[in-house]
Amino acid sequence: MDALELARWQFGITTVYHFVLVPLTLGLSILVAVMQTAWVRTGKEKWLRLTKFYGKLLLINFALGVATGIVQEFQFGMNWSEYSRYVGDIFGAPLAMEALIAFFLESTFLGLWIFGWDRLSKKVHLTVVWLFAIGTNLSAYFIIAANSWMQHPVGTAYNPKTGRAEMKNIWEVLGNNTTLLAFPHVITTAFLVAGGFIAGIGAFWLVKKSRANKDDVDIPLYRTAVRMGAAVMIIAGVGVIFTGDLQGKLMFKQQPIKMAAAEGLINTETSAGFSLLAVGNLAGDDPASVKHLISIPGLTSWMATGDSNATVKGINELQTEYATKYDPNATYRPNLAVTYWSFRLMIGFAAFAAATALAGLWLTRKGKITNQTWFSKLAVWSIGAPFLGASLGWIFTEMGRQPFVVAPNPSAFVDGVDPVYLLTEHGVSKAVSTFEVGLTMVVFTLIYAILGVFWYRLMVRYAQEGAPQVTEPVVGGDDDPLSFAY
Amino acid sequence: MDLAVFWFILIGVLWTGYLVLEGFDFGVGMLMPIVGKTPKGKRVLLNTIGPVWDGNEVWLLTAGGAMFAAFPEWYATLFSGFYLPLFLILLALITRAVAIEYRSKINDEKWRNRWDLAIIISSWIPSILWGVAFANIVRGVPIDQTGTYTGGFFNLLNPFALLGGLVTLGIFLSHGSIFIALKTKGDVHDRGAAWAKKFSIAAVVVGAVWALWLQVAYSNNTWTWGALVVAALGLIGAAWFSWTGKFGLAFIANVVAVVGAVTLIFGALFPNVMPSSTNPDFNLLVHSVVGVHGLVASSSHTTLVVMTWVAGIFTPIVLAYQAWAYWVFKRRLSEDMLPEHNELTFAKSA
Repeated sequence: MDALELARWQFGITTVYHFVLVPLTLGLSILVAVMQTAWVRTGKEKWLRLTKFYGKLLLINFALGVATGIVQEFQFGMNWSEYSRYVGDIFGAPLAMEALIAFFLESTFLGLWIFGWDRLSKKVHLTVVWLFAIGTNLSAYFIIAANSWMQHPVGTAYNPKTGRAEMKNIWEVLGNNTTLLAFPHVITTAFLVAGGFIAGIGAFWLVKKSRANKDDVDIPLYRTAVRMGAAVMIIAGVGVIFTGDLQGKLMFKQQPIKMAAAEGLINTETSAGFSLLAVGNLAGDDPASVKHLISIPGLTSWMATGDSNATVKGINELQTEYATKYDPNATYRPNLAVTYWSFRLMIGFAAFAAATALAGLWLTRKGKITNQTWFSKLAVWSIGAPFLGASLGWIFTEMGRQPFVVAPNPSAFVDGVDPVYLLTEHGVSKAVSTFEVGLTMVVFTLIYAILGVFWYRLMVRYAQEGAPQVTEPVVGGDDDPLSFAY
Repeated sequence: MDLAVFWFILIGVLWTGYLVLEGFDFGVGMLMPIVGKTPKGKRVLLNTIGPVWDGNEVWLLTAGGAMFAAFPEWYATLFSGFYLPLFLILLALITRAVAIEYRSKINDEKWRNRWDLAIIISSWIPSILWGVAFANIVRGVPIDQTGTYTGGFFNLLNPFALLGGLVTLGIFLSHGSIFIALKTKGDVHDRGAAWAKKFSIAAVVVGAVWALWLQVAYSNNTWTWGALVVAALGLIGAAWFSWTGKFGLAFIANVVAVVGAVTLIFGALFPNVMPSSTNPDFNLLVHSVVGVHGLVASSSHTTLVVMTWVAGIFTPIVLAYQAWAYWVFKRRLSEDMLPEHNELTFAKSA
């Protein structure tokens, strides 16, 4: 492998790892804030216990999310310095805004939340958790705005004098229609993840408690968790489908070759079907060998345009089109196997999670509780499904953009003017040797793996302990013992 | 004033904020064995920074993000050029973040001791390497006409840079022990106060030698003598007040020293952001100057205007709520204020 491939692997590994943790933090921070709000408003102890229980799991997750996030910001400069030179004038802005507007907010108020139970009044402490949750979700907006610009550069023009893409209008960058759909898609996904997490752990405990003693006092608490989590999943699931559909339609216009690859659509077709199973050399060397064994007629055309009879361009035609507009020597076909399967599995995992949520709501309808072990097992296993779906979604988005690191904006193309785009191979650092990228990739992967083991053990351990007993927090004096300490 | 110059100054301010705030965080981490000493003492130390360390570290992310946004060429050359030192810093920051948060999640002596060791090592590494990095920036490194660093790893390990590493190390140790003396009561306070006397003197000695070397050998401007004097007075003040037991003033003096030192470094660089030791015509520049050759590192005017608005609106807000967080946790901690360990163990409870 050369430095380019190693740098790509490194980005893939560190980003997927980071983004396994992030959606849980995004969704759970808001949902824990909701739990604490319910406690402050109703005074019911079960809400305080749920806040502390899921809050602790949130903190374990957050710590590793923050730690792995630091690498993300510096990796552009370290491994992708030529990319950074090309896009910095425009791409650096949302990154700096993310730090200044979102990261400060989330980390400062998280510290106040963790250590502030005995320092702040109930209402101020509640405000603090909301500011933390808002900061966390704001950070998602800025980083998605940055990513969406790589998918669909707007508000920019190439400056031949400086040889880079330069900002023309920040509002176009922040209001990119790609961002406006990607952000709600990511946030609804985050709620699917967090809802599944709350419901899955709640179901484990609900079934365990009701099998041991169906009058256990903790049962209402866990039933609440299951129903809250499942309801969030259903609402979020609908949002995921809705935003995903709109995103797909937009992407057929903005990055047609990515979507053609996702569908394994080699030749331009009218009334193109949605393939459920394809064989052949999907890895991309031989598109002619791709055969679709099962497909739903007209669905791809419908997904692309809303009309099942529409014509959708295939990879071969798009390759010719791209070669005339952009670099004539490049191959513009993304990896077919990765895009085709990640797209399908993303949808499959999300659907699976939503089905479990429906089962959970059904089993706990009208005040019922369940003692079915199949359900608790299913619910626990389902915790992983939206995580996988989210990761596959990002793998699809990023791999489908290849060979570009900044995909060209087709609607901004004017013949005779240099368009803003960059091939991934031109973005890699020149100062860094293959050995250096290889070394950092191996060490990052190792240390992430080790820390991941601790993360998993702590998550499982705290989930297995169940909701803690709590005492009403009181604001203490300056010489009182700390209510919480490391 | 040219906006690029304004952003050059603002990035200096962001780095100052980072070095001041995470400086004492690192100091506290490094001092765990000698000032913390006992299990309870170590816990006291960790809890002095517990609520604030994460917010402190965001100053680094903001400084990095601001360099990317305002000086993409600087960001690109620096981060790809200083590859391995930055990699080690990142490894340390990752480990440290997780160690601080995870060490108290399991009630087990061995578990805690291992994470403590991780905190200590991962506080030492960046304390030295940030100094090495800044010293190399100001000294100049091999950069070609495309802005690409061509020096390799060992080029970064020159005597001036290594002494720079000792300077940040010395200042952070002094800063950390003064912070501890300020934030704790009882035995921990006494040990912090005793070490503050030694480290503050050490910081004056290494700091003075390095600053003079910098000014004489590498500064582009004579006015930075002024910054040097401010930095020196700050360090001397920190030592003086440590010896007289006035740790609030000692802390402020160290802040003044960091402000002076960053002003010295940035002032010495100007109008470069990163000089090239290969050929002065390849210097990375803050902005274009008539008659000066080099590669302009700054962003376009449009971008700088946007970022100026953003920084102008949000920086005061951030400062206000971070100050409030310090106010909320202003009380001094002591060993007898720690609650008993009531965390879980890996063995299942009944």
